[in-house]
Amino acid sequence: MKQLRRTMLFVPGNNPGMIKDAGIYGQDAIMFDLEDSVSLTEKDAARFLVYEALLTQDYNGKELVVRVNDPTTKCGVDDLEAMVRTQKVVIRLPKTESAEDVLVCEREIARIERENGIEEGSTRMMAAIESAAGVLNAKEIAFSSKRLIGIALGAEDYVTDLKTKRSPEGIELLFGRSMILLAARAAGIDAIDTVYSDVNNEEGFRKEVELIHQLGFDGKSIINPRQIQTVHDVYTPTQKEIDKALAVMDAIEEAHKKGSGVISLNGKMVDKPIVARAQRTLDLARAVGVLK
Amino acid sequence: MKIQQTAAAGTMESSDIMVTISPSSGNNIEIELDSTVEKQFGDDIRRTISETLSELGITDAKVQAVDKGALDCAIKARVKAAAYRACGEESYQWGGAGK
Repeated sequence: MKQLRRTMLFVPGNNPGMIKDAGIYGQDAIMFDLEDSVSLTEKDAARFLVYEALLTQDYNGKELVVRVNDPTTKCGVDDLEAMVRTQKVVIRLPKTESAEDVLVCEREIARIERENGIEEGSTRMMAAIESAAGVLNAKEIAFSSKRLIGIALGAEDYVTDLKTKRSPEGIELLFGRSMILLAARAAGIDAIDTVYSDVNNEEGFRKEVELIHQLGFDGKSIINPRQIQTVHDVYTPTQKEIDKALAVMDAIEEAHKKGSGVISLNGKMVDKPIVARAQRTLDLARAVGVLK
Repeated sequence: MKIQQTAAAGTMESSDIMVTISPSSGNNIEIELDSTVEKQFGDDIRRTISETLSELGITDAKVQAVDKGALDCAIKARVKAAAYRACGEESYQWGGAGK
């Protein structure tokens, strides 16, 4: 079954209380942050904290991700040295601007794997795109490494680079989101949307989740457990959608029996893309447990 | 590793532990612990601090720890961070999850 990545909860890497509790919520993934949420003087302490937690805590089977510092710096390499050795995490590369950025990180990961007898290629990666250059290079980034499971938009740095700011409607992000989504789909990897910082604006958050769901994103980075349920509600197929998908699958099976690739259902043509969408709806419904 | 100077790691927030490590006057590990869970876990916390220093090859240190209910992993992490800082050492050793 496909790994669900509807919700990826940011957890600051130097906060033991939040690291302790990160596994008790219903989100699909946890992203421990060693980068922007950790001050320069505490990078070492955060690295030790996340490392020790990963080796000893049970996070209930959730996907675990660590956002590392720039791998061209000693701090970033130290992050990789520790995190790759845990053999439990996806490495999230921040501020990715080119395929070469991914490859630099990948070479360090491969070296650490080799030096420690870890299967080469077993450490997966994500790349966060947070600048105009990164968005324009989204395709080459998405195709740069077989280790990549997805690419993500980091909107705060991106809008700053664009010389604008985030609006409630998110019009300034439309091009970046679309580029990242298309690049991810072309490469066959996931597309993860950016955080929504105004935790108290639940209506605005829901609208944004509905927008990125409609665009085709696999999920969203979140900064507060309160945001989990809204995302999951939007991403869970309704009973009506499930019933329709089941009817499509029945209809196409009937068509195949008759030796045809196309059939009419309730007066509408059912062909290959509709079947693919129905299958995706049913896969998601099964993955989230609303269909046995 | 040898303790060269006084250094600290951690905070006074809930679930954390503030660990301060200094050179010791004798050839041993001295631990002074103030914990919100002293009665139940005081001995365990001292043991974790002591074992973590031992893993780092430190046999001579004075440790002051103010614990606010930290998990074992947080205690180990704070002791390691304080110890590396106190030794002035930035070449970190990682055991990892094993092969």
